[in-house]
Amino acid sequence: MSVKTLTINGKTVTGLAGTSLFNTAWEAGIRIPRLCHIGGLSDIGACRLCLVEIEGRPRLHPACMTEVEEGMVVRTESERLHAHRKLIVELLFAEGNHVCAVCVSNGHCELQDLATSLGIDHVRVAYQHPRRPVDASHARFTLDLNRCVFCRRCMRVCDEVEGAHTLDVAGRGAELRLIADLGQSWGTAESCTSCGKCVQVCPTGALFAKGSAVGEMTKNRAFLQYIVTAREKHEWIRK
Amino acid sequence: MSEAPSREAPGREAPMATVWLGGCSGCHMSFMDLDERLLALAERVELGASPLSDFKDFPPADITLVEGAVANEDNLEVLRRVRARSKVLIAFGDCAVTGNVTAMRNLFAVEDVLDRAYRQSATVIAGLPLGGDGVVPRLLPRVRPIHEVVQVDHFLQGCPPDADRIFDLVLALLEGRTPEIARRFG
Repeated sequence: MSVKTLTINGKTVTGLAGTSLFNTAWEAGIRIPRLCHIGGLSDIGACRLCLVEIEGRPRLHPACMTEVEEGMVVRTESERLHAHRKLIVELLFAEGNHVCAVCVSNGHCELQDLATSLGIDHVRVAYQHPRRPVDASHARFTLDLNRCVFCRRCMRVCDEVEGAHTLDVAGRGAELRLIADLGQSWGTAESCTSCGKCVQVCPTGALFAKGSAVGEMTKNRAFLQYIVTAREKHEWIRK
Repeated sequence: MSEAPSREAPGREAPMATVWLGGCSGCHMSFMDLDERLLALAERVELGASPLSDFKDFPPADITLVEGAVANEDNLEVLRRVRARSKVLIAFGDCAVTGNVTAMRNLFAVEDVLDRAYRQSATVIAGLPLGGDGVVPRLLPRVRPIHEVVQVDHFLQGCPPDADRIFDLVLALLEGRTPEIARRFG
């Protein structure tokens, strides 16, 4: 497999052909903000937080969906990118009902962390306060769509790692929602193995273990790398 | 016992005010958690209007902390007046910054919210407190964070913001420094 040499933020890096800019940057110690990407699952380019500038191209490109090319000159930080990322996160806050003060994931939330790291101190767009359901029909887990950012990590881990594909999305735009099986309550979804992987990869408090109070829901994602390494490299090792 | 400092004492000319709109007063409780630092603050500022004092109207202030979201007609009127009379206005805590718990009623129509509170869950007198006397302010159709209504100079997040961050912010403003608020969101 051929190796591509490119420049990210002035640093010369190399990546195997077919590798994404995001993963190449990550290997080189360059962190690009992201929400839908999680190492070990396929990328879908949904959140747009990893947009980067590529010299000679007028458009911005999602780093997770862009393959490395020879001679690419990439910038992952700029005033323009920062402004876009800030607005994206503000829109996410305004689009759902994220009441951090009463959320199980308060203090352990990737959306909250993003807002903090981007220097967001208030949301400039009007809060939508949509009516979204809470599905508590599963014996062990709850799905609170008020806190969902539709990153679809849950859907991908359920499909790609657990192999159940219980979760998916339905509807479009503001009507988008997460569903179980054929759009039924989660507790009646026969394909669900109750493995809880969806809960662990969820970046917010949208999926949580029952019995968690405010700020108590911490997530453990180490399993993902363990399973993926085992699958791809046949090495059953914990890093 | 030393004489109590007079209102005219040097260095105490900066009037500071606090306002309580649609919130639980928890941010004010956190302000009280400044404990002995309240004494240090009292040497530097004159406390003007506040739920802790008894001004009938809002006297001009250099620094005003506004707790709570804009939930009813009275909040709206008070906030506009406070803004006009404050040099620096701070959104004090999550309800002021985001709407927070106060804004959770935005998921429902005002009539349904009132019905649940004053009819369905009433134990003694069932009925809306909406006489023509205007004593109880009408709820606005939607609860809003204060920056949707007036210009806000600084945002202090937290439910409630802890006392250290309140003190750091107020102190920086008194010393004419640009405040570096330890950031977090929500």
